[in-house]
Amino acid sequence: MSLSLDVEDLSWAPVLHDITLSAAPGEILGLIGPNGSGKSSLLRCVYRRQRPDRGRITVDGLDVWTAPAGEVARRVAVVTQESPADLENSVEQIVALGRVPYLGTLGRLTRAEHDLIDDAMERCEVRSLARRPYARLSGGERQRVHLARALVQQPGLLLLDEPTNHLDLRHQVELLRLIRSLGVTVVAALHDLQLAAAACDRLAVLSGGRLVADGPPAKVVTADLLTEVYGVAAEVTHGPDGLPRINLPLAT
Amino acid sequence: MTVRVAARRVSTDRPGRRVTLAGSVVLLGVLLGVSLVAAVGLGPVDIPFLDVWRIVFATQDAPSGPMAVIVRDIRLPRVLLGAIVGAGLAVTGAVLQGVLRNPLADPYLIGASSGASLGAVLALMSGLSWLLPVAAFTGAMVTFTVVLLLARGGGQLGVTSLILSGVAVAALAEAATNFIVLNSPDSQLRSALFWTLGGLSGTQWSDLPVPAIVVGIFVVWFRLRSAELNALVLGEEGATSLGVEVNRLRVRLVVGSAITVGAVVSVSGGIGFVALMVPHAVRMVVGGDNRWVVPLSTLAGALLMVWVDVGARLLNQPDEIPIGVITALLGAPFFLVLLARANRRAMA
Repeated sequence: MSLSLDVEDLSWAPVLHDITLSAAPGEILGLIGPNGSGKSSLLRCVYRRQRPDRGRITVDGLDVWTAPAGEVARRVAVVTQESPADLENSVEQIVALGRVPYLGTLGRLTRAEHDLIDDAMERCEVRSLARRPYARLSGGERQRVHLARALVQQPGLLLLDEPTNHLDLRHQVELLRLIRSLGVTVVAALHDLQLAAAACDRLAVLSGGRLVADGPPAKVVTADLLTEVYGVAAEVTHGPDGLPRINLPLAT
Repeated sequence: MTVRVAARRVSTDRPGRRVTLAGSVVLLGVLLGVSLVAAVGLGPVDIPFLDVWRIVFATQDAPSGPMAVIVRDIRLPRVLLGAIVGAGLAVTGAVLQGVLRNPLADPYLIGASSGASLGAVLALMSGLSWLLPVAAFTGAMVTFTVVLLLARGGGQLGVTSLILSGVAVAALAEAATNFIVLNSPDSQLRSALFWTLGGLSGTQWSDLPVPAIVVGIFVVWFRLRSAELNALVLGEEGATSLGVEVNRLRVRLVVGSAITVGAVVSVSGGIGFVALMVPHAVRMVVGGDNRWVVPLSTLAGALLMVWVDVGARLLNQPDEIPIGVITALLGAPFFLVLLARANRRAMA
């Protein structure tokens, strides 16, 4: 199941201005842009953390701000940058929280749901940590635990805010590969342009809360864009795979 | 400490673990049942277990006379009220610690307990002691409402602002209570002081229905909300993304806790540490899943309070020790153990 996302004319003063953006079912859309450009805020508007002043956000036609919260949570899952937890919470408990939007009154999990939880932990390589207290994990392990929790939510749209933060190179690559294999629509705020270009079908660039570019990675990541948006002089070449390679001359 | 024994057997395998957790609910329930009967038998006049049993269940060979009166009209309502009070305090502690994401959260922290004391003392001093439970409940609700209004800036219920305004309002209410108590005539001083420290002496059957119904309803309701309470562990951001209306849930749970505490404290007086200790002990044993922490805390709180009350009437005969004094005596070492454990874990 993969769902479309449509953002129409979204504004949230003073951070976001007139953003219109969409992601087709199954598409991997990367949000890039400098710090403070509004990437996280845009995601927050989609997962109902921040109510926009104006505009409409629909997931598969469902308006996220008028639909019940639980219904949205059964379609949209999020992995944010930092999540707290107590010492008493095991990794498995955190992953199982992904079922909260589906739970009945007594909150019991079915056999199938337990299998789903095990499977998600396996895919995110945290199954061996299942009994460990979440609070004792490293940043990278926590990130993978939350991805597993998001998978357990069985979303049609997965939102990721800096998912490769805290991850070493191998886990970055594996996480992006895993995301591509899920078959769900993904919108990810990413910092590493080269990685974003390799992982995403399409990139949307935010600058000062406005959408300034939107298109396939090879078209979006250009020397001009890096100068205009990031204020750095860089060379952009293209590799044999057609993807951009960024060279940042540091010597003055 | 029976909780701990049950929990040592908790296995690491998931299906087995669930069975054992359900088993510990049953075990605590049975222990509570036995304790209720045993506690009725214990006091200045010892009554054999079997006689208590016969009187309570009114079997044909039940003894009659003064012994039956003691059991039926004095001890039984008191022991049952103790269980209800303990259950109510412990379950609100568990809920408040989960909602406020603060290990030190308890009814004192949201001003409810201090407000109840103030209301009760005011009623005693103005000679309206028959109004005492109503006054105490009103006091709890008034102070709690003030705390809630102070904490609700911009429609959002911030955890830190709730705790800070709770501490401030509680301090104010306690200061007022102390001032009134110190300026009261000697004849009333003792009863006022005793009330602020908590106690169950003189419990009558008519004291039971209101707290019993309130605690019963809210325990069930808290249990129904406990999966959402679990989600709060991820913070506002994470819980929201799981479809939990964080602000609404927080307000409802805190208001529910305040009503429960108000109903309980209005009949028992201020009893500290139970709400704080019991949920921590339960979590140490079964982990942080509120679907288990809520019912187990309820049972463990009832069990603890029944025995603490036995101590209150036996340890200093012919006088009674205020229950709050005993719970504080238990509470202090408990927290040192908790601290030592946390330190050990931090080093491991």
